[in-house]
Amino acid sequence: MKHYRAHLLVCAGTGCVSCGSFKIKEALEEEIKKRNLQDEVQVVATGCNGFCERGPIVMVQPDGIFYQLLTVDDVPHLVEEHLIKGRPVPKLMYVPPAEKQPVPKMKDIEFFKHQRLIVLRNRGRIDPEKIEEYIAFDGYEALAKALTEMTPQTIIDEILASGLRGRGGAGFPTGKKWAACAREKRTPKYLICNGDEGDPGAFMDRSVLEADPHAVLEGMIIGARAIGAAKGYIYIRHEYPLALKRMEIAIGQARESGLLGEDILGSGFGFDLEVVEGAGAFVSGEESALIASVEGRIAMPRQRPPYPAQRGLWGRPTVINNVETWATVPNIIRRGAAWFSGLGTETSKGTKIFALVGKIANTGLVEVPMGITLREIVYGIGGGIPDKRDFKAVQIGGPSGGCLPAKMLDLPVDYESLTSAGAMMGSGGMIVMDDKTCMVDVAKYFLNFLQDESCGKCVSCREGTQRMYEIVKGITEGKGQESDLALLEELARITKDASMCGLGQTAGNPVLTTLRYFRHEYEAHILDKRCPAGVCKSLIRYVVLAEKCTGCQSCKKACPNDCIKGTLKDIHLIDQSHCIKCGACKEACKFEAIEEQRDEAIQII
Amino acid sequence: MAGKQKLTIQDLAKIREKTKSLMTIREGEGRARVTVHMGTCGIAAGARDIMDALLEEISKANIQDVIVTTSGCAGLCGAEPMMTIEFKNQPPVKYGHLTPEKLRKIFVQHILGGQMATDLVLAVGSETVY
Repeated sequence: MKHYRAHLLVCAGTGCVSCGSFKIKEALEEEIKKRNLQDEVQVVATGCNGFCERGPIVMVQPDGIFYQLLTVDDVPHLVEEHLIKGRPVPKLMYVPPAEKQPVPKMKDIEFFKHQRLIVLRNRGRIDPEKIEEYIAFDGYEALAKALTEMTPQTIIDEILASGLRGRGGAGFPTGKKWAACAREKRTPKYLICNGDEGDPGAFMDRSVLEADPHAVLEGMIIGARAIGAAKGYIYIRHEYPLALKRMEIAIGQARESGLLGEDILGSGFGFDLEVVEGAGAFVSGEESALIASVEGRIAMPRQRPPYPAQRGLWGRPTVINNVETWATVPNIIRRGAAWFSGLGTETSKGTKIFALVGKIANTGLVEVPMGITLREIVYGIGGGIPDKRDFKAVQIGGPSGGCLPAKMLDLPVDYESLTSAGAMMGSGGMIVMDDKTCMVDVAKYFLNFLQDESCGKCVSCREGTQRMYEIVKGITEGKGQESDLALLEELARITKDASMCGLGQTAGNPVLTTLRYFRHEYEAHILDKRCPAGVCKSLIRYVVLAEKCTGCQSCKKACPNDCIKGTLKDIHLIDQSHCIKCGACKEACKFEAIEEQRDEAIQII
Repeated sequence: MAGKQKLTIQDLAKIREKTKSLMTIREGEGRARVTVHMGTCGIAAGARDIMDALLEEISKANIQDVIVTTSGCAGLCGAEPMMTIEFKNQPPVKYGHLTPEKLRKIFVQHILGGQMATDLVLAVGSETVY
């Protein structure tokens, strides 16, 4: 390694990579070489910065300048201006919505300003494929401490005292899990990292694995020491090729440096790890299903207890934690339980990563202290709802979570508050919806996902999710009956009570929370046969307003289904029996002569 | 860096010390900040040679807590090549009419030693910004 006067940190998380950040990196390197700056400027590929909406992203240090939405064509100008002449380039900087002045520095951008980085502390800062960069920022210091200054019991005590709870969804205290496994006399014991992130719109674990794989490894080695495991598995879904690649590289480097294998750091303690590629089923995120999958069987949950801490992988005592949980562990060991438990609320300590997606200005990945309000996340960090629309709901906790309305925006984000509001922490997916979203349609979407992903072992879940889906689908098609709502509630309750695993036990949540907070929308669909948001296609129709139509034929040309009739300068007519309600005609019309009708009159015609 | 040799705890600390200083730049902080003015006038007057000499001296001295940046024309084109040295909580010091030889002197005296090379100083402090 050598001294460079400037570091260009190119975001190489999956989001930016798919926007072409590797091409930007190549172009930067080429241009820097052309200008003969290769000995003074270093180009580094880092993990996800979180501001995925604005990718590809390049951060220039030591100036702290944040460049966004870059194209290869911007590169020569950027190099010439910033690196040769020392003039940062305003036109490549971030401009907040509804403002004109760019914000040059990353630390001044609202999206970054309010975040608290612990698990993601190395994101956008180190090259995840270089172990020495991880070590430079105190990497493996916690491991050294755990191996030399601590006993297995004091490690467990520290984790217990920190108040860390599982980040995968259920929020079980991590220290208790470890203690239960450490008590077991039988050996060998195993460790598993659950990287089977299946919630639609969630990408927290992927980003941690991509941005800081060594943090996950370090956490696992510390955990292995605490419970006395000699072997561990990292289960990463097949759909995450970059995370898989970086984890393999990290494991290789750790082995080469003797941080994995026998006699780690000369302590006499040995531990090794293996990556298992998941085949991609939502239910494999459930711990007993995941264990079955590692064993080579179909990912189906089994009845618990006994819990994995007693009977886990191959019937042996096993600790299974989520990616984010493992990556939190080294921070607690290094900085102490008191420091960690000083963050967050009474029952929820530390920080949590959320994937902020949907109708939100700043789509991306954020790490915030527990107890922050939804409003601060949605409006402060997220920048509010784009296109001047109104906030309607935020869906938290994935398919098993719930939709919270605007009146819940001041709810603090912690395990208990979210659960009592009918949602759940889940793994950290946060989908923001605007007033153009139909909540019945949202419930339908999640039910469809769940009935598809249900493994089918429990009748209540297999049949329950399917029946709920059919009923809600019927409601969106205008076939709903008044008795449907009571039936839905009953089905949701039974599915919850009679199913064995987390999938079934929470499958009713999308229905129950939308019914709890948006019952009027269901009623509008059922009683008035009307979709207030104008989303459900069976309940809207497009008509030509005769007095405004000029017969220009724009709509006719735009119609993808050829169902608009009319000759030039004559009033046109939409054939309702073939209309697919795509709205292309309305967009094409320059005379506002096409109207979208949402009222009950539709049904009479 | 991470060789085939198994690391000991001492090795780990050594790697950290060695790489940490190289990485301070990623935090955007350092003991001193040196700005070489590289506007058109600066480049024409030889700012490139000043930059090369500066980076060479830094790597020779094996110090990593000095941040080197570039900036545009400082307005006094007649005094180019120019450079500004800033220490934390001290007013910036500007040097002008630089040559690689003068730079080496300033480097030893001011950047390493913390004493202004008074005979070469152009100005101390910065312009008032409204």
